[in-house]
Amino acid sequence: MTSTTLADNPSPTATAVRVRVVYLARLREALGRADETLVLEGQPRIADVVDALRARGDAFARELAPGRAVRIALNHALATPDSTLRDGDEVAFLPPVTGG
Amino acid sequence: MTVRVQSGDFDAGVEMARLRAGDARVGAVATFVGTVRDMNDASQVSTLTLEHYPGMTEKALEDIVAQARARFDVYDVLIIHRVGELKPTDQIVLVVVTSAHRGDAFDACRFLMDYLKTRAPFWKKEQTPQGARWVEARASDDEAAARW
Repeated sequence: MTSTTLADNPSPTATAVRVRVVYLARLREALGRADETLVLEGQPRIADVVDALRARGDAFARELAPGRAVRIALNHALATPDSTLRDGDEVAFLPPVTGG
Repeated sequence: MTVRVQSGDFDAGVEMARLRAGDARVGAVATFVGTVRDMNDASQVSTLTLEHYPGMTEKALEDIVAQARARFDVYDVLIIHRVGELKPTDQIVLVVVTSAHRGDAFDACRFLMDYLKTRAPFWKKEQTPQGARWVEARASDDEAAARW
């Protein structure tokens, strides 16, 4: 059982997992921020971060809605929603890439 | 193997010469250069801004090169990708592959570009007369990568 709480103003506890969340390119502009720190508790997974962000509503709910073409990276490698998070991890939200 | 992300321009001739310098096994050098067009989706493009995800970009490119090495018989690979503000006719990306024979050199070069287009964390933003817009990913790029 994973219990996850999330605060915009982190107040760390003994079991707190601090995660840096990064928004790239179009997502950064749509969400109005480049990065932020979230504090979660228990044994959080990437899906818990996504759920918490969607719960904010507005642009977060819209941009991160199920079915949107957003890829997620954990510590600079593509990851899946069931990836577990450790203190100090970096989770990034990437729109479809357009390099080359 | 070398992967570079840089704002400055590159000289493809110099890089090709450097990659095969002194290596007499090489019988083929395949090179691809991607450049900025002045039109995209029926709009005039005055400036193209390339951004990336530092830290992940290098890892992603190195992973793509490792996959190319596993699939094709190549001696060495170079990828240079520019970031920052670019103008039409500017160079964006360089891929160079050395091999004993042209088949593997051509195939690896094409594979590297197809995978880079769909897997490396770069994003393009265009400045057009209608304003700035993020370039949309193309289904044809996914199809090109899926062929491999």
